[in-house]
Amino acid sequence: MNIAVLLRAVPDPVEELEIDGEDLDRDFLGFVLNEFDDHALEEGLLIKEEVGGSLTAYALGTADEVEQMLHTAIAKGADSAQMLGEDLDVIDAHGQATAFADALRDGGYDLILSGVQASDELDGQVAMLVAAELGMPHMSVVISATPDGGDLKVTKEFWAGITADYRVSLPVVLGVQTAREAPRYVAVARIRQAQESGALESVDFDDPDPTDRVRITGMRLPEVGDGAEMIDGDEEAAADKVVEILAAAGVR
Amino acid sequence: MTQDILVYAEHLNGEVTEASFELLAMARKLAGATGGSVDAAIVGPGASGLAGSLGGADRILVGDSDSLGDFNPQGHAAIFTTLVQAREPAIVLLPYTSVGMDVASIVATATDLPLVSYCLDLDASGGLTATCQLYGGKVEVDVEIDGDRAIFAMLSGSASADDGRAGGAGAIESIDAAVSDLSIEFVALNEPESGDVDITAEEVLVAVGRGIESEDNIEEAQELADALGASLAASRPIIDQGWLPKSRQVGKSGLSVKPKVYLALGISGAPEHLEGMRDASTIIAINSDPQAPIFGVAHYGWVGDIFDFMPELTDRLEG
Ligand SMILES: Cc1cc2nc3c(=O)[nH]c(=O)nc-3n(C[C@H](O)[C@H](O)[C@H](O)COP(=O)(O)OP(=O)(O)OC[C@H]3O[C@@H](n4cnc5c(N)ncnc54)[C@H](O)[C@@H]3O)c2cc1C
Ligand SMILES: Nc1ncnc2c1ncn2[C@@H]1O[C@H](COP(=O)(O)O)[C@@H](O)[C@H]1O
Repeated sequence: MNIAVLLRAVPDPVEELEIDGEDLDRDFLGFVLNEFDDHALEEGLLIKEEVGGSLTAYALGTADEVEQMLHTAIAKGADSAQMLGEDLDVIDAHGQATAFADALRDGGYDLILSGVQASDELDGQVAMLVAAELGMPHMSVVISATPDGGDLKVTKEFWAGITADYRVSLPVVLGVQTAREAPRYVAVARIRQAQESGALESVDFDDPDPTDRVRITGMRLPEVGDGAEMIDGDEEAAADKVVEILAAAGVR
Repeated sequence: MTQDILVYAEHLNGEVTEASFELLAMARKLAGATGGSVDAAIVGPGASGLAGSLGGADRILVGDSDSLGDFNPQGHAAIFTTLVQAREPAIVLLPYTSVGMDVASIVATATDLPLVSYCLDLDASGGLTATCQLYGGKVEVDVEIDGDRAIFAMLSGSASADDGRAGGAGAIESIDAAVSDLSIEFVALNEPESGDVDITAEEVLVAVGRGIESEDNIEEAQELADALGASLAASRPIIDQGWLPKSRQVGKSGLSVKPKVYLALGISGAPEHLEGMRDASTIIAINSDPQAPIFGVAHYGWVGDIFDFMPELTDRLEG
């Protein structure tokens, strides 16, 4: 099977965010691979290991983190990777999708995998727009995709543990929530090998015109601790206080 | 185009979801501003039987179809797309759920309408604006729409479901539900596997998140839970890693719980987690990040390391 996986770098969720006008202050922000994209890559690698074929990782961006992300994908088993060089924050979802679609169109892909959502994307539809531009069907919140004859058997998750099985013909674009197995780790030495392998290719593309129909006019950190009583002091003080809270709640 | 508001009424397993009633309440509020009417569309098998419960709408558009299976992303979206194209509502509301995410993005691309996700609140009194969450609930943004039509995917809790249930009997119309050429075929719905513990019935839950760092550390949280006579629950990443069974997952794709006490350890408080536990009577959150959104719903919070906190509390409870 010929598989493409779309990877996106998002602001590291562990870092404190600071706001500068209508956007995050990006100067000191670290970027990491979107967690759901890591699952998409894992599912793609599992499928490739089962039925053979090839897997290409794609990402937009110019940052070092993007390059690192793609080298890691190669180290994990991707055959090649393409970095579509353009600053992420200057193009909107439509522009990003066009860039991907142009890069993917002649790849002859049977399966395009992305993460189910990205935490920094308001219109959450890059993968869907790619599918639309390529005329491929799309479904999301996938927790398993296994080759079955020439089709895929896909499981989608709803809520409260309810899932459903689908038979899906190829080609298709799937948004992965969770891979069948926890995403694999890879040794740093392998990533270094990948850096030297030449399997990462940088591709330029023409800047698409932004459509900008959804405009962010204000950004703020929500009031946290609003209504919450914050406990002062060290862990001993915190534990004392929690014992009191438990007693007051009638569970001790 | 009309001033109408069209709600996608989501249902699964013979039940209209809470999220759908929340949308109806939101639609009512918006209709007050636009002067349009509120339409609810319900498609798929069993839709006719459920239409009567959507009294919060002025018109209920029913596309009954048993060929699709409980939910077919391609088929359900195709029926809804035809409807949006024919009726031209100003505002289309979907829930930001597994069903809504599929339908919203397909409809948005097919109709070329702007889509706004992660919405908390909407306003149509002077142009279309929305308040949304980004970065797992760590940031709130104000959003303005260019033009006067858009599709919004709403987070759970954006309006009161009870308000959306109120209302008389809307006029029921049936719509075209014929679809063909599907490359996605629904096979079967799978009910959840029941676990060893029913976390929805527990009085006290100790819930661990990615802050627990490794499978080995689960034991320390288990000791705390034992000392407290509580059960362990978890956020999604802990389940995905296989550190605890699926039956322990709290949130959007897991279970909704309402214990007397919910002790959240190293959980950031992403909207998908909050929707499963925000109604607990007492929420205590321990997190090293003072900005963690979990502190926004907690009743009590301590900023610090769970590995410093857990042994202290266990000691006191055992002592
Ligand atoms: C369709 C869909 C459905 C989903 N369903 C669910 C669901 O049902 N349930 C769910 O939980 N999530 C769900 N998610 C995932 C959700 O978006 C978040 O990714 C998830 O809730 C994050 O889990 P977390 O808080 O444990 O991890 P993180 O967001 O990584 O947070 C870890 C927290 O631990 C803190 N921390 C780290 N170390 C320490 C320490 N030593 N001491 C104290 N604090 C520490 C950090 O400050 C951070 O706040 C869903 C996502 C999607 C897209
Ligand atoms: N700029 C991007 N670069 C690479 N992958 C992307 C990009 N935008 C979206 N994706 C992929 O699409 C998924 C869902 O994004 P979205 O639907 O836009 O929220 C992400 O998790 C990625 O897999």
